[in-house]
Amino acid sequence: MSNDNLLPSGLPRIESLEMRGIVKKFPGVLANDHVDFDVKAGEIHALLGENGAGKSTLMKILYGLYHPEEGGIYLNGRPITINSPTDSLNHGIGMIHQHFMLVDNLTVAENVALGLKSSREPRLDLDVVSARVRELADKYGLRVDPDTVISKMAVGERQRVEIVKALYRGAALLVLDEPTAVLTPQEVDDLFVIFRQMAADGHALIFISHKLDEIFALTDRVTVLRDGRVTGAVLTSETNKNKLANMMVGREVSLTRERPSVTPGKARLKLENVSAVNEDGQPVLININLVVRSGEIVGVAGVSGNGQRPLAEAIAGLQRVGNGRVLMDDQDVTNLAPAQMFDAGLAYIPEERMHDGVIKDFSVAENFILQDHVRPPFAKGIFLNFKQIAAHAQELINAFSIKTPSRETLVKNLSGGNIQKLILARELARQPRVIIAAQPTRGVDIGATEYIHAQLLKQRSAGLATLLISEDLDEVKALSDRIVVLFGGEIMGELSHEEATPEKLGLLMAGEREIEKMIYTFDKGR
Amino acid sequence: MNFEIILHAGLATGTILLFAGIGEIFAERAGILNLGVEGMMLLGAMAGFSISLTTQNVWLGLVVAILAGGILSLAHGLVTIHFQADQVVSGLSLTFLGTGLALVFGKGLTGQTPPLIPSFDIPGLAAIPFIGPVFFANHSLLVYVGYFFAPLAWYYINRTRPGMHLRAVGEKPSAADTMGVNVYRLRYFYVFVGGCLAGLAGATISLAVSPGWYSDQTTSGQGWIAIGLVIFAQWNPLKAALGGYLFGALRRGILDLQGPALLFGLANPLYINSNFSFFLKMTPYILTILALVLGSRAAIKKRLGAPAALGVPYIRGERGL
Repeated sequence: MSNDNLLPSGLPRIESLEMRGIVKKFPGVLANDHVDFDVKAGEIHALLGENGAGKSTLMKILYGLYHPEEGGIYLNGRPITINSPTDSLNHGIGMIHQHFMLVDNLTVAENVALGLKSSREPRLDLDVVSARVRELADKYGLRVDPDTVISKMAVGERQRVEIVKALYRGAALLVLDEPTAVLTPQEVDDLFVIFRQMAADGHALIFISHKLDEIFALTDRVTVLRDGRVTGAVLTSETNKNKLANMMVGREVSLTRERPSVTPGKARLKLENVSAVNEDGQPVLININLVVRSGEIVGVAGVSGNGQRPLAEAIAGLQRVGNGRVLMDDQDVTNLAPAQMFDAGLAYIPEERMHDGVIKDFSVAENFILQDHVRPPFAKGIFLNFKQIAAHAQELINAFSIKTPSRETLVKNLSGGNIQKLILARELARQPRVIIAAQPTRGVDIGATEYIHAQLLKQRSAGLATLLISEDLDEVKALSDRIVVLFGGEIMGELSHEEATPEKLGLLMAGEREIEKMIYTFDKGR
Repeated sequence: MNFEIILHAGLATGTILLFAGIGEIFAERAGILNLGVEGMMLLGAMAGFSISLTTQNVWLGLVVAILAGGILSLAHGLVTIHFQADQVVSGLSLTFLGTGLALVFGKGLTGQTPPLIPSFDIPGLAAIPFIGPVFFANHSLLVYVGYFFAPLAWYYINRTRPGMHLRAVGEKPSAADTMGVNVYRLRYFYVFVGGCLAGLAGATISLAVSPGWYSDQTTSGQGWIAIGLVIFAQWNPLKAALGGYLFGALRRGILDLQGPALLFGLANPLYINSNFSFFLKMTPYILTILALVLGSRAAIKKRLGAPAALGVPYIRGERGL
């Protein structure tokens, strides 16, 4: 670079950006409580914290989507006001949102040009935009074709479009809000190379995450938030995973999982050539063959939206199976209604816990008897036995240490982790033979995650057959005896606990069955 | 049965649906469903007729008709954009409000004869056989405007920068907002544009195509047909224009079917018993109901290419933003 003060995009660097004493209140919650945060040119600064810790709120303030009650933002030492995303873009601040901010039926160039004046007003100047996009993509090594429509692009490509979009707007500072959530491990590696290059070129990067591995793989500094307050600001090189986890949770947590060796018993759940289509007639499951044995956790990995939900729902009786059979203990249970599945010994932790797992305007006690409220001891004829219901609720609240003000509290007032514990408690109390756990710890804090994992492993030792469907690779790897990978509704391959490296899983998750086979034979040949 | 006459009438009455339908397309492409078209049209028809009568200036009447529809639509904008209320409920109320206002202020207008928008032949073009008499002869100025309006609207939506912003706002408002597009302002603007065009459609009836004030029979449900037409047209102004002309020709064709005693050499049931024609007259409305039912199914809507954020209020900072 000939000029030290310019970025490859030709724009000036942001030497420093500071947020001082930020306070943001929502009804009943102090989302940010005097938060200080700063980032410098050439640095990747991680913002770490659990769901609801206030990371996103802080960044939305920086991007002009929320207005703080107190505190100020300083750019290169001078105070600035940001009232809308436009202000923030004008100051050179760009944001890669957790959920893609792309208009699906527009092309890359059109998405990039959104909100900008055209040079041939009022007509579009997409050829000019495309040329500039190509130029930027070349400079930063981002493979992006400006004329492709977004809806035809893979997730990894869309992520690159988001980055190009920000660069095009002259972003010198980039906020990356959990950018890896939907990527395969290989795509994450590629993305990190780009981020490091951008930092080396003089960009300032803020990296939001709750994945400790990524923090250590990428960042220079870490600021930890808990309940809206800063609980730690350290150099990444001077800390370790356990210390960061403690700052996040506020107490000691164990990051490793004990998997006692269990000899699997008989096959409890069997899927034979199961295929299914969605309401548009598109295939969502293709020839699924799967066996889950007693005392075994089978993990289902894959990038979001590759058939995980239809798979869980096909077993639970919520998705019609077109072809093939579902067997429980050698009984054909294909296309039984959910109630019949529950009676056959199935437990189900649905991925949309607020939507499918609980009735959020019912009390904790009522949610514990959603399946069994029609039969003794909870009911006699049309009458409910409130004494039994209360006793049952209290027992489960104690046994699973669910944090709730009372058993009459409405479920919508509980935290995500406690709702998930409630569902787990309800399902396990029914003494199932097979459990489907779909995204059991998504959006759940580290403490509750630790507890839920421990419970699943305990049930495994007790002989439960578990199908664990998760987009969190670390979770699948830590708990599963065997891992199958879904891609486009098909099982790409199966790996044992020992074989499952992130590289192999990543290739399967990207749908590259053939390459996987080559690596396989290569490994074995060695 | 004279095809020349049927097609000529189809272009004339189709112009009403063309303006109203394209207006609704603008609002819906911005993400706002406005079921108040019938009310805005009737108010526009009344206002245009009334002003043209009292001032004896048809052009002033036309402007007031357009503004009447536009101003009424802002009520819908306020309720659905600012207060983020349900668009279906608000749109239905708007129809009641518009119809009510038009009927009250339209008392005594029946039978009056204000100056009308001029009709004329296009010199030269009108002499072409068949095409001339159908397209370029004895049409109201507004019909000729309609010929240009649909392609212009299409060009605006698909080929201009503001048109791209319009599409983005209706497809994914959060993405547009984060790129510095003012979602609220654009939605208000296009709801207003839709209202203005509904008002224009109303004036097209009362001051041009079938002049006169016949209280609520003036529009006779064409506002609803326009909404159905938007779904048929898959939110495309060109298809909306074609659909409008087709519906127009259908209406006229049904009237003409009653005339001859023999149809293709067989006894014409409509001639023998004119009550049968009621069923034929229902066809546009039945097709509209069908379109609305189909169009309200999420899966079908997606396949037809409905704007993804249609009917969804935008709240900044909510979910993922």
